[in-house]
Amino acid sequence: MAINTRNRGTFDWLIIVLYLALVGIGWVNIISASIDPTETYDFFDMSNLYAKQLLFIGLSILLIIFILSLEAKFFERFASIIYVVSILSLLGLFVFGKTISGATSWYGFGSFGLQPSEFAKAATALALAKYLSDIQTDVKSFVHQLRAFVIIALPAICIIPQPDPGSALVYAAFFFPLYREGLSGIYLIIGSVVVGLFILTLAFGPYYVIAGILVTAVILLIMNRKKRFGKRLYYILPIVAMLFVFSVDYIFQNVFEQRHRDRFNVVLGKDVDMKSIGYNTYQSEIAIGNGGLFGKGFLKGTQTKGDFVPEQQTDYIFSTVGEEWGFLGSTLVIFLFVGLMLRVIILAERQKSQFSRIYGYSVAGILFIHFLVNIGMVTGVLPTVGIPLPFFSYGGSSLWGFTILLFIFVKLDSNRVNDW
Amino acid sequence: MRRILLFSVVLVSGLLFTGRLFYLQILNTSYAGLSENNAIKRSFDYPQRGHIYDRNGELLVSNQPSYDVMVIPREVEPFDTLELCQMLKMTKEALVTRLDKARVYSPRLPSIVIPQLTKSEYAYLQEKMRKYEGFYIQKRSLRDYQIDFGANFLGYIAEVNHSDIEANPYYQSGDLKGRTGVEKQYEEVLRGVKGVKYIQKDRFNRDIGPYKNGSLDTLPQPGKDITLTVDAALQRYGEELMINKRGGIIAIEPATGEILALVSAPNYDPALLVGRERSANFTRLWYDTITDPLFDRSLQGEYPPGSPFKTLNALIALQEGVVNTQESFSCYGGYSYGRGRKLGCHHHPSPLSMIPGIANSCNAYFANVYRRVIEKYDTPQEGMDVWNNHLASFGLGDFMGTDLPIGRPGFIPDGKFYNRMYKFPEYKWYSTATISNSIGQGEVSTTPIQLANVTAAIANRGWYYTPHIIKSIEGDEKQIPEEYRTKHITSVDPANFEPVVQGMNDVYNYGTASAVRIPDIEICGKTGTAENYTKINGEREQLTDHSIFVAFAPKDNPKIAIAVFVENGYWGSRYAGKIASLMIEKHIKGEITRTDLEDWVLTHSLEDEYAKPLSGEPFYINDGKKLSGVPEKPKL
Repeated sequence: MAINTRNRGTFDWLIIVLYLALVGIGWVNIISASIDPTETYDFFDMSNLYAKQLLFIGLSILLIIFILSLEAKFFERFASIIYVVSILSLLGLFVFGKTISGATSWYGFGSFGLQPSEFAKAATALALAKYLSDIQTDVKSFVHQLRAFVIIALPAICIIPQPDPGSALVYAAFFFPLYREGLSGIYLIIGSVVVGLFILTLAFGPYYVIAGILVTAVILLIMNRKKRFGKRLYYILPIVAMLFVFSVDYIFQNVFEQRHRDRFNVVLGKDVDMKSIGYNTYQSEIAIGNGGLFGKGFLKGTQTKGDFVPEQQTDYIFSTVGEEWGFLGSTLVIFLFVGLMLRVIILAERQKSQFSRIYGYSVAGILFIHFLVNIGMVTGVLPTVGIPLPFFSYGGSSLWGFTILLFIFVKLDSNRVNDW
Repeated sequence: MRRILLFSVVLVSGLLFTGRLFYLQILNTSYAGLSENNAIKRSFDYPQRGHIYDRNGELLVSNQPSYDVMVIPREVEPFDTLELCQMLKMTKEALVTRLDKARVYSPRLPSIVIPQLTKSEYAYLQEKMRKYEGFYIQKRSLRDYQIDFGANFLGYIAEVNHSDIEANPYYQSGDLKGRTGVEKQYEEVLRGVKGVKYIQKDRFNRDIGPYKNGSLDTLPQPGKDITLTVDAALQRYGEELMINKRGGIIAIEPATGEILALVSAPNYDPALLVGRERSANFTRLWYDTITDPLFDRSLQGEYPPGSPFKTLNALIALQEGVVNTQESFSCYGGYSYGRGRKLGCHHHPSPLSMIPGIANSCNAYFANVYRRVIEKYDTPQEGMDVWNNHLASFGLGDFMGTDLPIGRPGFIPDGKFYNRMYKFPEYKWYSTATISNSIGQGEVSTTPIQLANVTAAIANRGWYYTPHIIKSIEGDEKQIPEEYRTKHITSVDPANFEPVVQGMNDVYNYGTASAVRIPDIEICGKTGTAENYTKINGEREQLTDHSIFVAFAPKDNPKIAIAVFVENGYWGSRYAGKIASLMIEKHIKGEITRTDLEDWVLTHSLEDEYAKPLSGEPFYINDGKKLSGVPEKPKL
């Protein structure tokens, strides 16, 4: 029976429906963000962004059909090769790359460009899944952790000097599959403390944070004064923490460029000029805030029409959703994303093969980082980091990258009954 | 734990973002206004301001197009600078400076290169302008005056200032608004309502089309034409007569309260306050503190009314029943009211009853009847209040409520006022302490238009309409305010007016104005000669008397009531009487039969008289009868 249903009817339709909904809504908003109000629609004029995006969506459908028709085992088997090809494509950018708005992230084909970093995510997810699911690999062993880290870090290191630190940041998503597969919780704690100290230092300055560390350390020491062992940690950890705080402050003040500092200051609500430094965030908040409950309606957003929000077809596309579809429309989009991610996690959990599960977790993690950083940026709660909103933002590479990422998982999931 | 970490952070972040959106879109309303400023531009479509006509349908004020040469710096392409300079009649340096300034202001928004070109200049430019990318010509509308008089009541329009914008959100910076006169009073009628277009802008402030497809846009409502009660011919004639004199003429149609002429001299050409030279001209008028052309003497001047006020005292005395028309009083060259004080009078037959008393303007007669009025009641306070109430019913002592935005209340004293003045009850006061009121001097003061209105009320025998200048709006007389169609009844019975009217008629027949009679017209009038003073180097110095005249004609079914006031014109019939009779003849006959009288008025100037107090020398007043002025006065 299982063999009969092998190739049909077992694709997870919920994911496909959510995917189509997101791509569809995204396209509608790209129309709004890119159309000239005096023009009429022309879906075949490739000088219009929405027409191009329609083409990209059409090609995505072909990609989906292609992926779903492949043998599920193909991805596991060829994971390493795909990964190596992907790394080579990233390295090739240093030689053949085309520079668009300051970043050498594209291969140019006429008027179209291909951005290999968008595909590298799926390749890395495959490679990591393959390595971790290897019977030889023990995620609790430090050496294996290191190897896994190298697999993750390699593409990120290739991407940072493009420069595109935002896309590199996405590779933090692979923490989630690692943790799911048994990575020690101490990394989670260390990670949380590091992020916490980082934010606190930026918000309050190093001296208050150090004072806080000292007070915490003293309290812990007093509470645990009867303990016999491991007391040294109570001396060492605060010192490490304090050194970290100082280095954060030093890096922030001396290594970061002013524009990076400004991005943090905007989010931390520090006094910055909303006409220049905080312009993106401010205009985006105005556009979203203007939506109200029901929004202004399709093509009726004044901020969108006036191109007030920079990059509104790509990274800031969600501001158009907020303005034209209001609270109802934008929460719907949030729910669709959350639903998609949760569905991927749920499906990942029920995979029999470890490969599929790790891959599923990678997919959910990557989608989550994009979702978090992008919506956080557009709504003004996180610093400006230029990464696209999956399925929504204009751009063929981004759309195809996420489509491949997601539908490899759909294919793997459809094959779970055949796994053994 | 390992299974739910990602699951829960996804869920939590979803909820956090929902909360953030709730805050931005529902709770925080401050963004809505920002967008309006940011992305929507309101552009206004100004309707034509209404025209102004006189009572005979003569066009007084219309509109003229004016043309501004504008530039949008970023759209300017390299052009033939020399040719453009030649066309615009400006030097190359001036043009370059102008363009630099425009660029600094905004490269994307229009700036003015040359303002307010005339039609002929525009016609020349129009054909060639399209060659110059980034330059264009914008049409505006300005007032076009068909007449060179009447500036005092027509008023002018000017750009709104900050407080106008604060007070009325209708106005935007750069809008024009009536500042004085009819333009101010009927601003809302004349201006219409401007149309609004909402235009969507992009982040460079460029237009990208109508907002909501123009569904919020409104069409302009054109301004309404108004017709004034003024007779342009009479007004023009009045202003001609007042050349080289200072003062005012107010002519009213008694039956309706319509203002036929409202002359204030000196006046100015209303066209001075339009166009490129407006600012310079206005400054010149504003700082002319000697002739003060922006001061409307007919509405704002408060003067002692002098003898015309006696007619009112006569009416009050008859109404109070303290005298009849037969009773005569002796005049001993004046009226002694105790302790050797005397109210002087001129030479005339004596004793006199009421009618010849008015005709001869006998001070003693009116001192007598005035005392009787005040003393009729138990206390002088009570008497003063009754007297005051009678005068108030003629519209004295308070703002007239005309439809001209300026005016003064004048002053009529009452019991309370004298209590304060004489420190009652510490000191007592009696009617004799206020005796100057009997002859229109002392504490009373009126504006010329109040005097004209009193004359109209006498002409009507006991009622008047508030003087007004609006005749109809868009030809519809029903649209004028209700208050100008409401009859005011005076407190004096109609029957009591007849002897006073007869007295005023006799002023012309054999009295103080017999020299200025007009054949075939039964005029009733009253002369006035008011003493007045000025301060020179801190000293109170007397000047030549003001010449005052009030009149109405014909005696029955009067067509015109008039008050004429000529500063320092000496006795009443010398200037004011002549001007009044000429005005009456002009209005009733349409032509002047007594050209000798006309020539006299047109050729006589009072400029020498006005120069005297400014000369710094001692000077003679009242035709050399009296020496006045500084630095030193010889002992007489």
